[in-house]
Amino acid sequence: MKFDAPIGDTPIDNGRVVGRPHSRVEGPLKVTGRATYAAEWHEDLPAMLYGAIVPATIAKGTVKAVDPQAARQSPGVVEVLTFEDIDIHGTSSGRTVKMVGGPEVQHYHQALGIVIAETFEQARAAAALVHFEYEVGAGSFSLDGGRADAKVCGAYGGPGETRLGDFEAAFEAGEVRFDAEYRTGAHSPAMIEPFASIAQWQGDDLMLWTSNQMIAGTRGSMASMLRLDEERVRIFSPYVGGGFGAKLWANADAILAAIAAKKVGRPVKVVMPRGLIFNNTINRPETIQRLRIAARADGTIEAFGHEGWSGNVKGGNPESTVMASRSVYAGPNRLMADHMAHLDLPEGNAVRAPGDAVGSIAVEIAMDEMAEKLGLDPIEFRVINDSQVDPSKPEKTFTNRHLVRCLRDGAERFGWGDRMAPGTRRDGKWLIGMGVATAYRAALRHASGAAVRLETNGRITVETDMTDIGTGSYTILAQTAGEMLGVSVDRVDVRLGDSRFPVSAGSGGQWGASSSTSGLYVACVNLRRSIAERLSMDAERVEFEGGEVRSGNRVCSLLDAVAGGPVEAEGKFDFAQSDTKAFGTFGAHFVEVGVDAYTGEVRVRRMLAVCSAGRILNPVSARSQVIGAMTWGVGAALSEKLEVDERYGCFLNHDLALYEVPVHADIPHQDVVFLDDLDPHGNPMKAHGVGELGLCGVGGAIANAVYNATGTRLRKVPMMVEDIIPHLPEPV
Amino acid sequence: MKTFTYDRVTSAEEALANGAGASFVAGGTNLLDHMKLQIVTPERLVDINRAGMDAIETTADGGLRIGALVRNSDLAADARVIAGYPVLARAILAGASGQIRNRATTAGNLMQRTRCPYFYDTALACNKRAPGSGCSAQDGHSRTLAVIGTSDLCLCQNPGDMAVALRVLDAVVEVAGPSGKTRTIPIAQFHQLPGDTLPIAEFALDPGELITAVTLPPPPGGAHFYRKVRDRSSYAFALVSVAAVIHGDGTGRIALGGVAPRPWASEAADAAISKGARAIADALFEGARPQEDNAFKIDLATRTIAAVLAEAKEART
Repeated sequence: MKFDAPIGDTPIDNGRVVGRPHSRVEGPLKVTGRATYAAEWHEDLPAMLYGAIVPATIAKGTVKAVDPQAARQSPGVVEVLTFEDIDIHGTSSGRTVKMVGGPEVQHYHQALGIVIAETFEQARAAAALVHFEYEVGAGSFSLDGGRADAKVCGAYGGPGETRLGDFEAAFEAGEVRFDAEYRTGAHSPAMIEPFASIAQWQGDDLMLWTSNQMIAGTRGSMASMLRLDEERVRIFSPYVGGGFGAKLWANADAILAAIAAKKVGRPVKVVMPRGLIFNNTINRPETIQRLRIAARADGTIEAFGHEGWSGNVKGGNPESTVMASRSVYAGPNRLMADHMAHLDLPEGNAVRAPGDAVGSIAVEIAMDEMAEKLGLDPIEFRVINDSQVDPSKPEKTFTNRHLVRCLRDGAERFGWGDRMAPGTRRDGKWLIGMGVATAYRAALRHASGAAVRLETNGRITVETDMTDIGTGSYTILAQTAGEMLGVSVDRVDVRLGDSRFPVSAGSGGQWGASSSTSGLYVACVNLRRSIAERLSMDAERVEFEGGEVRSGNRVCSLLDAVAGGPVEAEGKFDFAQSDTKAFGTFGAHFVEVGVDAYTGEVRVRRMLAVCSAGRILNPVSARSQVIGAMTWGVGAALSEKLEVDERYGCFLNHDLALYEVPVHADIPHQDVVFLDDLDPHGNPMKAHGVGELGLCGVGGAIANAVYNATGTRLRKVPMMVEDIIPHLPEPV
Repeated sequence: MKTFTYDRVTSAEEALANGAGASFVAGGTNLLDHMKLQIVTPERLVDINRAGMDAIETTADGGLRIGALVRNSDLAADARVIAGYPVLARAILAGASGQIRNRATTAGNLMQRTRCPYFYDTALACNKRAPGSGCSAQDGHSRTLAVIGTSDLCLCQNPGDMAVALRVLDAVVEVAGPSGKTRTIPIAQFHQLPGDTLPIAEFALDPGELITAVTLPPPPGGAHFYRKVRDRSSYAFALVSVAAVIHGDGTGRIALGGVAPRPWASEAADAAISKGARAIADALFEGARPQEDNAFKIDLATRTIAAVLAEAKEART
């Protein structure tokens, strides 16, 4: 179904199942250990071997000599494969560096080989014995150092620089002008489930159990790297313990498991140890951002400039921070440009809300600073500069932009009116402050297919290669089928993450929920027609409710339709790109922090997100997405930063003790409100995603709250105690 | 993890008889991590978890004798500790997580090793892990590392919380040697400073010696404080921590964590308690040699001491 006109009423609008707060349908499996993750397929695979990745311990250079002898002789070792024995065609789709390096080393902890042994411990011990002699090359590891040579560069095929009007002239002529530079730290996706794969060859066919967000792309990529027909590869990834962008493709664990299993003729399992994840896989690079805003004295923005600098491997993408300003605030004269420096650090790539997550931090602090300069309340300043058209593409009108409502509603709920002047509110030793930020993230769509079957026992089976990366895909798909076919969620069996199933949008970019349910919607429309035909009913006038099919005065049971066997239908959601419509999700974040007046420790006291993202398919799983994202924002603002050792070219804090994500005690209180509006323009579900919206702006709101608490404006995140204490009053 | 032999013993005597060339393992919360990463590669492990030494006894002078294998959770929950040595209970509960404290032991906690990032990456130079390889921290990232008590060979910080409280309580470490000989080591001398010779000795233990208990003198009275400053609210190592016992007359004891290779205290600092945070910090940090990254720790420690003194003052009024 090509979706290019707004949709009218549909069975989804009945809201009997969709939109209701169903807890995760697979939850009992997960909490009882029966949801089998990639590394856990023990019983099905006799004689499995274990592979340990051998990483490079330099960041740039050449391997001059390889000595695998000691590893070969280590107890339990079956095979040692180094890059000299490994043939991979190209690299993984979506990645820039090679999945196995050598002789050229492209980054620290790049895989150079694999040791295969009878036990995990034996493989790991032997991996440490593979000896490489390196010629260390001179690499570039500093964004400050590389900035001067950075080039304008677009991300993922997008534009590098966009302009509207005459930014420079308008900025120069501005009544009130603001110009400042911001920095954000590099982030690791740091998902709970490490990268893990088990490969087994059945003749020339590869079976790969892996932890992955995008099945079809990964299947194609594996086939291409192994020079196989796609039909020879089957991928299975039914449960994923978080991906956050790093599992959009096949990683080193997957390709090395496949190559190792082929070589030894037995199944091979490869789990990437935590210590390798930070440097071997992908990260969100550090950024520098310059914001220039000029406004009239009444707060109307005349010129908006946002330039970003980040580093990446040659051929990689910049962290497109300017995405966070292209489509948000008004201003007829605009300059947005991303610049990329060539660095030899591990590859930067699409970590949760790429571009926007950290771009929004700088934009939202700048808006706060500008509001103060103008003598305006930060919310009023944002409201004044709301725009119902895309400010950078005025020919496009937003289909569903309720930013002002989010801000106003949030202000009311949060008690924004109680906010005091900077540095004036105190609660014992705590300096208290409030901050606000806009949340914006594009509502991306991807084509998505699904199959749905009415079984002879009256149950519904849904099959699609969609993944559930902890987001709730199983549940919202079950709800969608339930609503369309008039049954409760417990009568629907959803099967995901198998490359034999119809190709879906996959999980990423917060497009998964709306796209995959839309694909299933189309399949269900087709199935309803087939069922109606079997029952000799008019497909256009048929209703499905309570396990029954009704048309006029005629009522049948669903079971009547399957007397002759199951009924199955497939369907695919697809769409034409629009020249006149802009699709976005919007929200407002409110944060109250306490800053310890002695130690400078910043502790979040309460958070509120008001989100507008079309229909909310399931308010509890959507809430989980948003509070998880808000928690990411706390990490970005207060603790998460990959530390680059510029001598070695590595991220030094490559474990979860030294790379600090927030813990429960950091998150005392979070509220999420959904406007739960409907956007009939984007897809038949009238829904958009929220999994990245919940992150965008959070760090800015926290920084603004820290300013309100202390009177000190910090233009870098994470904000650490050493950044804050020099500005606090002397306590002694 | 390299291949190793594993023996389980059921008494301290048996442990000592089998301890030659072995690493004793109790909770394993630090050692096993190190073995997996090959930071250490012992050929023999002697598991002492069933070797007794797990009681907390009141001593004749009214103090406590804490068995080496008393779990951190049990120690922090002991009514005598809560009543007489609250600084100890608070310090323990400020460290690690519930799961780790259930497993970690008194002796093992004392033996935990630095959290220097260079110690943790076996590809990078570290004199503590690979004597003579150099100290990558010297010109590298030292934000979390020590500002005093360091040397050109090593900038490691002691990451512990419990030991900082034991320092202000004047705890004594009881050890037994392979020959059965026992001796005691004041907590102030248990953790060694890196100095100028390799290899770097971290603990005042001779080869084959085993910690059997930690004893505390009678409760010191006063108000007890343990204030830990860290980058997140829980489950993080101290940037700076302050353990203090402050008496009604304004005298007391104070020790710092996170700033040195050992819990950091001095008589001069204790004598300066009534003069305020600046005077205490000046005494504690005399001769400090901070790096660019971690110089803030001195200011932070001063401010944290001020916070504790303010709290103590509030408690008195």
